[in-house]
Amino acid sequence: MEIPESVKKRVSIPFEEHFYAGHTACQGCGAALGLRYVLKAYGKKTIFSIPACCSTIIAGPWPYSAFGAPLFHTAFETTGAVIGGIEAALKAKGYKVKGEDGIMVVGWAGDGGTADIGLQALSGFLERGHDAVYIMYDNEAYMNTGIQRSSSTPYGAWTTNTPGGKKHFLEKRHKKSVIDIVIAHDIPYAATASIAYPEDFIRKLKKAQKIKGPSFIQLYASCPTGWRSPTDKSIELARLAVQTAYFPLYEYENGKYKINMPSTKKEPKPLIEFLKLQGRFKYMTKEDIEILQEWVLKRWELLKKKAEIFG
Amino acid sequence: MAESPFKADIERVKKEYSEKMTPGAVVYLPGSSVINKTGSWRVFIPEFNKDKCVRCFLCYTYCPEPAIYLDDESYPVFDYDYCKGCGICANECPTKAIVMVREVK
Repeated sequence: MEIPESVKKRVSIPFEEHFYAGHTACQGCGAALGLRYVLKAYGKKTIFSIPACCSTIIAGPWPYSAFGAPLFHTAFETTGAVIGGIEAALKAKGYKVKGEDGIMVVGWAGDGGTADIGLQALSGFLERGHDAVYIMYDNEAYMNTGIQRSSSTPYGAWTTNTPGGKKHFLEKRHKKSVIDIVIAHDIPYAATASIAYPEDFIRKLKKAQKIKGPSFIQLYASCPTGWRSPTDKSIELARLAVQTAYFPLYEYENGKYKINMPSTKKEPKPLIEFLKLQGRFKYMTKEDIEILQEWVLKRWELLKKKAEIFG
Repeated sequence: MAESPFKADIERVKKEYSEKMTPGAVVYLPGSSVINKTGSWRVFIPEFNKDKCVRCFLCYTYCPEPAIYLDDESYPVFDYDYCKGCGICANECPTKAIVMVREVK
């Protein structure tokens, strides 16, 4: 079947498909959609490294593979070290890494494998300055092992080890800002992205491809199973997270902050619109919602100031 | 009706695929997941109304499978072998040309 060029031009994302159907992600999975966009942007000439996370299952239980690209399954804490090693080995063999026609080395890890367990490997990878891209897909808990809290879980969220109720408590700590830790390494490129804005995400991936040195992208990927939300609301939730300034889209490039289009357009919507669609927030009291709303607006003002001063 | 873009892959995988253990448990076949038909997971099935479609490609863009591809007139075609029935396409469709109905088997 041939698709005419005129149709291909109208589609706003690359047309080639290197992510195959038949993978074993849950219905409405945000991480699977993120992987599809990454493979669309980088194509076959990519080497992935994936630690223990949902994507281990999505990419294929043995003997299947849903990828059209090579993939290295690794231990939970070593994504950063492995992509650093692959990049160094490719360079020693004389291959061109990164850039327009080079081989892309991509680390794809969840929030547990990045913010908690893999943080030291990530830090080492950023500090050594390898030419690779690290993508953290953020679904705000350890979803693969059964929804345990991670340091990326937001305030007031239900997880299986913060179940709420009279004897237990809901998550009491705010979300860890991994991207600020990453930016503190003074790397050339870091950005946040959302699955609801694929054009923006693919533009950032292409930018990370061109820039020399380590790049980091934090992708907000919804998880209907863990968030106790309807499967068809995955994209809507990821979009609302951006519109309520809970997860603003911005990029950091050589010392300059820039807030991206979807986040700059309007004033943030009230956070309750984002919370009410998800079952994991249903145990929150009014005070809890106020605390979270206050935190979100505080972070948003801080980001706006950063963009103003370092713009 | 357009053909599935994975048709060639299914044939290729069926030919080369084997259950034999490989050294180091390495997967040699890229895209071999196409023989795993996930359509049986589905409870709700997307029903498509061609008259309402404005060809914005949002369903194609947001399908996580990908179980939606485009035909030569650029209308979306649903691959019911793989569609898990998540309903993202119906939720994102601006003209409500896609509706989810309970599947009767």
